[in-house]
Amino acid sequence: MMWRSALAGAFILAAAAHAFAQQPTDTDKNPPADIELGISTSEIAVRSNFSGADITVFGAIKHADPMTLALGQYDVVVTMEGPKLETTVRKKARRAGIWINRYSLDFLPLPTSYSISSTRPIGLIASEPELRRLGIGAENLRLRPSSTSGGSIKVEEFEKALLRIKEQTDLYRSDSAGVGFVSSTLFKATVRLPASVPVGTHIVHGYLFQNGQFVAEKQLAVHVVKTGLEQYANTIAHDEAFLYGLFAVFVAAFTGWIGSLVFRKD
Amino acid sequence: MTIYLPIAELSVNIFVILGMGAAVGFLSGMFGIGGGFLITPLLIFYNIPPAVAVATGTNQVVAASFSGALSHLRRGSLDLKLGFVLLFGGLTGSTAGIFVFKFLKNLGQLDLIVSLAYVTFLSVVGTLMLIESINAIRRSRKEGGAAQARRPGHHNWVHRLPLKMRFRRSKLYLSAIPVVGLGFFIGLLTSIMGIGGGFMIIPAMIYLLRIPTNVVVGTSLFQVTFTTAFATLVQATTNHSVDVVLALLLIVSSVVGVQYGVRVGRRLRGETLRAGLALLVLAVGIRLAVGLFLTPTDLYSVVTHGLGFQ
Repeated sequence: MMWRSALAGAFILAAAAHAFAQQPTDTDKNPPADIELGISTSEIAVRSNFSGADITVFGAIKHADPMTLALGQYDVVVTMEGPKLETTVRKKARRAGIWINRYSLDFLPLPTSYSISSTRPIGLIASEPELRRLGIGAENLRLRPSSTSGGSIKVEEFEKALLRIKEQTDLYRSDSAGVGFVSSTLFKATVRLPASVPVGTHIVHGYLFQNGQFVAEKQLAVHVVKTGLEQYANTIAHDEAFLYGLFAVFVAAFTGWIGSLVFRKD
Repeated sequence: MTIYLPIAELSVNIFVILGMGAAVGFLSGMFGIGGGFLITPLLIFYNIPPAVAVATGTNQVVAASFSGALSHLRRGSLDLKLGFVLLFGGLTGSTAGIFVFKFLKNLGQLDLIVSLAYVTFLSVVGTLMLIESINAIRRSRKEGGAAQARRPGHHNWVHRLPLKMRFRRSKLYLSAIPVVGLGFFIGLLTSIMGIGGGFMIIPAMIYLLRIPTNVVVGTSLFQVTFTTAFATLVQATTNHSVDVVLALLLIVSSVVGVQYGVRVGRRLRGETLRAGLALLVLAVGIRLAVGLFLTPTDLYSVVTHGLGFQ
């Protein structure tokens, strides 16, 4: 009985909302639901003690339909993609008894790192074709092979190997409970920046789903930069390569000399 | 405790790196080798990009070998004259080696050539040294006294060459041609294989040139110091792949290790030292050969272009 009355109540509410929406004066007050994203910093400094970082992304569902909210039918997916770089996957084969890199497949630039967090496992949030269309999830990233060498190869095998190795090295990761609601419309997501983080511009994407349907998307840029001594060393190594080399040799020779002085007495 | 490496662009455990440096430094002081053929594979095994590992490894060898060479100089077990003649050949060879490296790279399969060269040289040199040193140890046990590998009276074709020079420290009267030639050959390999070449120069000096073992170690360290300093400069200017933070950690720990290695080495007999070095060389050779012939755990590998260095 309770169940029925609740259902009936829902019908009345829905009908009322429908009637409400029908009134021409109120169409502007009921725009479609949207998603907002915010992050405490747009720049992440990599210092000498950097060992990866958890990045917290805050967000809100705008113009949320109270009914859908109450039924918990909104889902949020937050991803962070590292800078895109050309990548090659190599496969070894035995030749005259020796294992050598025989086959290779080059990919057009693909994200060096990829972290995904969601309210539920993404397979439950939307259908496979929908996720593929939006490029959500490591297996749905658009990998574009460009050239091969070593003879005919199965592209699919190489793509699988790429994803497997990326996951093993912690560069690609997923957390199906990484997004949580703080209040009814405010959410908090955690994405992970690995220790071997590629410096450059990382893009944070926020996707909103309602009943399995994609509703809205927003994105933010996060710059991962080296600072201080780390940046300085990198710049000098490239711009003043010869001086840098001399410096490295000098440091080595000096330390070696100090070492032999310290341990002089037998 | 981790530290971020600016050129390799990743975080590493500081104690693992310090431990590697100390261990390689110890061996390098004991046997008079730079340790490049040990440190480079260790770094690659610890996920340091190969280009950074090779370049930074050579920089570490500069410190370890310079520190060792100075200790030997003070103890009179370094023949400076012999060292300079070797060095002349070494620097010429290194320069030529850079062009050979480019040529091999254009042919493709450079990695395979380098691996095969490593396996071949390490196993041949290791086996020959092991056989000789075991024979020497047996002989000295029989005679009950300190027996040298071969007396200087045993001359071979090397000693009939012209352009003879006197090397007082080594108590030798020897042609400069094989010394320069040896230096040149090792210099060539330094550029191609990214090693100092101590493990090859030592047996060559002992068996081919008949130089006494105690002088060989110091003189080899002297030669290795300069060839690796040159290689570091070349790597820094062409590949920008020398990581100073990584190098400094390795250098500090290896310099300490070297000093203890030198002490232990001085207490050991020449033939025992040679047997130890032979075993070490063979072990690395076998390890590399296993890598070539055994089925790898993962057939696939991923290379991201423009990461770690440009």
